Amino acid sequence: MIKLNHIEKTYDSPSGPVKALKGIDLEIGRGEIYGIIGLSGAGKSTLIRCINMLERPTKGTVIVDGQDLTAMNETQLRKARKNIGMIFQHFNLLSSATVYDNIAFPLRLAGTPKDEIRRKVEPLLKLVGLESKAGQYPSQLSGGQKQRVGIARALASEPKVLLCDEATSALDPQTTRSILDLIRDINKKLQLTVVVITHEMQVIKEICHKVAVIDGGVIAEQGSVLDIFTNPQQPITKEFISVLLSNELPAAFRGGRVEKTPQPGSYLLVRLTFIGESADDPVLAGMIRRFPAVEVTMLFGNLDQIQSTPFGRMIIGMTGPQDQVDAALAYLREQDLREEVIGYVRRHDTTAE
Amino acid sequence: MSADMIQLLSKALGETVYMVVVSMAIATIIGVPLGVLLHTTSKGQILESPALNKVIGAVVNAIRSIPFIILMVAIIPLTRLIVGTAIGTTAAMVPLVLAAIPFIGRLIETSLKEVPYGLVEAAQSMGATPFQIIWHVLLPESMPSIVSQLTTVIITLVGESAMAGAIGGGGLGDLAIRYGYQRFRPDVMIATVIILIILVQLVQFLGNRLAKSLDKK
Repeated sequence: MIKLNHIEKTYDSPSGPVKALKGIDLEIGRGEIYGIIGLSGAGKSTLIRCINMLERPTKGTVIVDGQDLTAMNETQLRKARKNIGMIFQHFNLLSSATVYDNIAFPLRLAGTPKDEIRRKVEPLLKLVGLESKAGQYPSQLSGGQKQRVGIARALASEPKVLLCDEATSALDPQTTRSILDLIRDINKKLQLTVVVITHEMQVIKEICHKVAVIDGGVIAEQGSVLDIFTNPQQPITKEFISVLLSNELPAAFRGGRVEKTPQPGSYLLVRLTFIGESADDPVLAGMIRRFPAVEVTMLFGNLDQIQSTPFGRMIIGMTGPQDQVDAALAYLREQDLREEVIGYVRRHDTTAE
Repeated sequence: MSADMIQLLSKALGETVYMVVVSMAIATIIGVPLGVLLHTTSKGQILESPALNKVIGAVVNAIRSIPFIILMVAIIPLTRLIVGTAIGTTAAMVPLVLAAIPFIGRLIETSLKEVPYGLVEAAQSMGATPFQIIWHVLLPESMPSIVSQLTTVIITLVGESAMAGAIGGGGLGDLAIRYGYQRFRPDVMIATVIILIILVQLVQFLGNRLAKSLDKK
């Protein structure tokens, strides 16, 4: 549906040219919700503006629904943009127009007759749950309601693609959730391709099927959300994920020196990740039964869902006779889960909590 | 105050209102598009054109730097060309309009600058043409501010129209000078000043009310 071929964007600034995008290749399939995450200044806003050519890339091609937007003149581009709705962090509603008129705005621009506008706007009001607010002005609405108007307005011209530029960044967590639910609904109902730009991993986790992590104008990592979450490769990705998934060791172990080799009285710390079906398997119970000499403590545990796939994470500490600990580790390695050895850490002596 | 006096005052008031209203109307028709052009051709805007912007800006500044009383005399040949005479109420409107156009242009430019660029971007993302952006986004969104600015221009025009008395333009200023000052009639002077004060208050009051009723922010 959307294909970006080696997009580059260079800005002129007083201190010389600044490369915002340094060659981005991206392919987004029809009906997908594709997340693009990055820190501010990573180039994600520039990237999403290249998709509807609000920013013309310096190099590369943008193909949306089989049409090469980079080859179009302004008139062709304006027509093509009607296929691409966009919503914004600060909503960008007309303050001088009512909710109804804001939603009708793209239709008026296209010269749609009045009664047809009514036929299209009314179901949209219902879709976003604002039937009772049609005659109000944006200043009378809450942030979440404003974004609903923004969504309805973006959908009015019946686009095939919806671009969301930090659409929930100005909203509180509860409102964010309801807006994300709405976007997910629309994606399903209308078979809309959605591109989501955000700096919050939570947003990616809630609604996206695929994700690209952008850093310094290039894509650091991309793939399915489940893969990226369960097996991040790049430090930047790990950082984004760590915000969501607490990895903290309990106080008794925190700050202790992590050794590669066993020390007297030290625990072998292992991080376990269960994905899908294996999240339900009694792996730990099996291990404890097999290796009764190994003392197992659970230091951290959490069960989550990504795209309705169960996803469990756990950190355990094992201590006991070294051969037994090694055998237990070998047993874990045979199981259907991902494990990562953190190292040998001794409990602090100062943990009289 | 004699009936004669009242008649003189009301005639002068009529002339002032006529001068201000007609000049304002003509100046607005030309000045608003000028302001739109000043704003939209500036850097980063929808019709960005640095060369054009510089030229228009320089002309606007040049006219605005001429004091009105000098402008009035300096353009007498132009006034003759347009109106046929350089004396009288209608003739006085030529310098009034000429002075008001760049003034309005700059004020409208300021108003349009207040419209967040995100709104322009949103309209562009819907496939709006530059003209549609001006007509459906920039002007409606800045309308309360535009009304306030135009109110200021009307009040300035009331003041400038009084100076037009100097070239036989008629109106309240003319009356105040000829009767109040040159014929030592302080009562006429005071009466014209009071009428001018009321006129300005009224314009400001109506302008504020209109601006407020348009403001949905």
